[in-house]
Amino acid sequence: MTTPTSPVFDELALVERARAGSSEAFASLIRQYEGKIFRLAMNITQNREDAEDVLQETFLSAYEHLDRFRGDSKFYTWIVRIGVNEALMKLRKRKQDKSVSLDQEIDTGEETMVREIAAWGENPEERYSREELGGILDKVVQSLPPSFRTVFVLRDIEELSTEETAEALNLSVPAVKSRLLRARLQLREKLTRFFKLKGDDTFAYL
Amino acid sequence: MLTCKQFIEELTDYLDESLSGESRAAIEKHISQCPNCWVVADTTRKTIRIYKGMEPYPIPQDLHDRLLAALERKKAAMRQTS
Ligand SMILES: [Zn+2]
Repeated sequence: MTTPTSPVFDELALVERARAGSSEAFASLIRQYEGKIFRLAMNITQNREDAEDVLQETFLSAYEHLDRFRGDSKFYTWIVRIGVNEALMKLRKRKQDKSVSLDQEIDTGEETMVREIAAWGENPEERYSREELGGILDKVVQSLPPSFRTVFVLRDIEELSTEETAEALNLSVPAVKSRLLRARLQLREKLTRFFKLKGDDTFAYL
Repeated sequence: MLTCKQFIEELTDYLDESLSGESRAAIEKHISQCPNCWVVADTTRKTIRIYKGMEPYPIPQDLHDRLLAALERKKAAMRQTS
């Protein structure tokens, strides 16, 4: 039984009302997802101005094409896909003259090498304040090559499935898995500096 | 017994819990005997957990206001063309 205070966010009903012309309903959808779309845009474009444009273009495009939302996926998955496309277009535009390819599979075999082995405590992030931790996590994720970063952001931050990520990025499922593995290993390696137990030495293997 | 390299190749599916029971058992056997791979599995799992736990910051009010204003303009434009 649902009560008016039910925490379940009935987004299908909201989408229906927005489609019928309710500004209030679409504003609720914006409030629900703008933070996530903006974070996604920042993570992919790494540029504040671009991310602000992406945020706006994503919701305007979603509003315009609301009738294309079928309701067979979650509204969030649908709007994330619009956001990813907007963000990738911005990124490509920025990188045009820098010969950075998003589509090319970079396989030097190096990325799955593990160099730093040091144990972390149970909750190693508790050593840092929320702001410090946010700064560390952002900096580290931004050091990834764009093709790994985008996959990691969608799979592990925005929590899309492997299939949804593949679809949003126009990649095969094995390509998503391989980039995700390398992204996770690189992040793990870079974070070890911040999270390892004091006095635990790092050494290389593999 | 799985090699360390084979373990690394399976790590993502292991952490996402999408391995068959048999492959899963092979991984668990490997990490119970190989301290280095145990550390890699544990710290990679924590990496994912820590990123998942990050709540997005609320977006600045003026950005939110500009978004709503742009939406109003869009609506007006859509009314005119329909
Ligand atoms: Zn091993």
